[in-house]
Amino acid sequence: MKKITGSQAIVKCLQEEGVKTLFGFPGGAVLDLYDQLYDAEIQHVLVRHEQGAVHAADAYARVTGEVGVALLTSGPGATNGVTGIATAYMDSIPVVILTGQVPTPLIGNDAFQEVDIVGITRPCTKHNYLVKSSADLVPTIREAFHIARTGRPGPVLIDLPKDVVAGMISYPEKKPIRMPNYQPTYEPHIGQIGKACKAILNAVRPVLYVGGGVILSDSHADLTELATRLNIPVTMTLMGLGAFPGSHDLSLGMLGMHGTYTANMAVANCDLLIAVGARFDDRVTGRLDAFARNAEIIHIDIDPTSISKNVKVDIPIVADCKYALTAINNWLNSQKAPQPGKTDSRLKEWLATINQWKAEHPLSYKDDGDIIKPQYVVEMLDELTGGEAIITTEVGQNQMWTAQFYKFNSPRRFVTSGGLGTMGFGLPAAIGAKMAFPDRHVIDIAGDGSIQMNIQELATARQYKCPVKVAILNNGYLGMVRQWQELFYNKRYSSTIMDTVPDFVALARAFGAVGLRAEKKSEVKAVIQEALATDNVVIMDFKVAREEGVYPMVPAGKATTEMLLV
Amino acid sequence: MISTTHSQGKQMKHTISVLLQNRPGVLSRVTGLFSGRGFNIESLCVAETLEPDVSCLTLVTTGDNFIIEQITKQLHKLIDVIKVTDISDKEYVEREMVLIRVKADANTRAEVLRVVDIFRGKVVDVSPKSYAVEITGSASKIQAVIDILRPLGIKEIVRTGTIAMARANKG
Repeated sequence: MKKITGSQAIVKCLQEEGVKTLFGFPGGAVLDLYDQLYDAEIQHVLVRHEQGAVHAADAYARVTGEVGVALLTSGPGATNGVTGIATAYMDSIPVVILTGQVPTPLIGNDAFQEVDIVGITRPCTKHNYLVKSSADLVPTIREAFHIARTGRPGPVLIDLPKDVVAGMISYPEKKPIRMPNYQPTYEPHIGQIGKACKAILNAVRPVLYVGGGVILSDSHADLTELATRLNIPVTMTLMGLGAFPGSHDLSLGMLGMHGTYTANMAVANCDLLIAVGARFDDRVTGRLDAFARNAEIIHIDIDPTSISKNVKVDIPIVADCKYALTAINNWLNSQKAPQPGKTDSRLKEWLATINQWKAEHPLSYKDDGDIIKPQYVVEMLDELTGGEAIITTEVGQNQMWTAQFYKFNSPRRFVTSGGLGTMGFGLPAAIGAKMAFPDRHVIDIAGDGSIQMNIQELATARQYKCPVKVAILNNGYLGMVRQWQELFYNKRYSSTIMDTVPDFVALARAFGAVGLRAEKKSEVKAVIQEALATDNVVIMDFKVAREEGVYPMVPAGKATTEMLLV
Repeated sequence: MISTTHSQGKQMKHTISVLLQNRPGVLSRVTGLFSGRGFNIESLCVAETLEPDVSCLTLVTTGDNFIIEQITKQLHKLIDVIKVTDISDKEYVEREMVLIRVKADANTRAEVLRVVDIFRGKVVDVSPKSYAVEITGSASKIQAVIDILRPLGIKEIVRTGTIAMARANKG
């Protein structure tokens, strides 16, 4: 059989795995691979910083559901990617990261640009590999893709020593992956499904609490079927937004620290909490002993470690959300369950209470003449894109206002760093999303602080004619930290004042992009319209009310019913 | 109805047996998991099984039921882990070995030998001023030997940590 080089085999294997685009940055240890990519069919996107490459690959995965791929060189290339890897890990995003490594005889020698990236990323990858022989290259890559995309997805890193990649091999035939140690549970236990269904039919104050697992498993339609059939109100975590239509009557919006009044009250008062693909994160539960205090809890999750980690669960179901929700819907369809519509009167009182909460304390903010309120910018973006744009965010107030005021009606539209909370995520993520869906509007809703963390990626967006839009809610502060200082540190604004920021309009121009600015509320709409109509990268600089806060807010360590309201 | 898992349940000692792929870095995945998640390890022993590509790791840890459940689930989640058994749930035998260098001069030599004999140990190294003795048994037996030899003057001690095996089904 004809032998090929390791680098040829890697590129061939990536193509076999369906990779069309990869994000990376070259260097000494990966020169062979880059030489192969020179005339390969795979598109390589050259970022300006390796963190951006991993975020872009991550966002590509979030919007497509496919595995995102990043290629980094050894040493600093690899370590620069670590924040991106940890971001993907915390949000369970399937990404494969290929890193160059010094030749095997030099490993452990403190060679130039050597770092033990397998050791460094062990706690923030689902799995990782150091490939020690050329014959292992292709089987390892196949296994890595398999691990990344199955079970609870996550990033997998493959470290590739230069000599291993240069070696000659016969390309191994594709065989089904056999991993007896790694067998994620997809099918739910049918007895548990029966128990769950009975609990659902008996509940008089049920709430569905939905997380990113529903989006990752593409089970939004099954979830919607369950919710609408039995009239069960739905609240979503930050990662779950879009799993159920945000403008539906049964949607309570987001829950938790900056969740809606209704969502937090509903969870606190429900008699049955149905958690689907969510993990009872501290930002969701607040003080644990007060969370859903009177409720029986059903928890569906593919990862057994998520179940009964923070909160004791009454009916655990280890399964893929899609399989579990399908099984529940099928059970309800069987003759044993009441038919749709019959349950309406049972939940009437509960839904009336919920509607009363909604009416009493809707999400809101105080208008202030011609001063731009940041929430208004998000509302206008929602209106002018028909709620159908892909929205990425940075982290902080910009992220929370987006989660509150952009109504996500479909999944895979909202791309945000939930678990790790990575500032600097939004712009490279927007590029990754736009590379996957060039025909959709992709907007990064940013703050003036976090946009500066990876602003160099404007050059990437320009180079690949990738006309993402950036909406900066510019308040001259690190707003979220400032808000905490205002509330809990006597307004001692220690290192949160950023009154020296670049002139973003001029900066956009310097990158060959378009810069627009709005300083009055009346200018906002026109700026957004112009940005959406421009076939270029656009930065919109909105000078917003400086000390606006995100509300409702549950102070850290408090019960979620102890909300500070607008 | 809700009880949080952080509420302190009864702290119990557990012996957990883990079968692992014998690959570089596997041990560090296990220890990294324990340090990263704040679980404690009291002892840890690892060696090859009959199959050279599979290792058996025995670890002793303490925690309430929720912590132990998290530990076993988290271990099982590691890709290189083949099987996790909390063998303290069952009937099992455990053994640890200790080497103790104890002062043995004209006054204490006979007493050291008597203690070693009572605990069915043996003397494995002799010098004019000390004996090195080897004792095998459960962790509590090892502790008893140490407590008795300590007044005679222990100069050095090395313990293997516990290994354990579930008892076979009767019949």
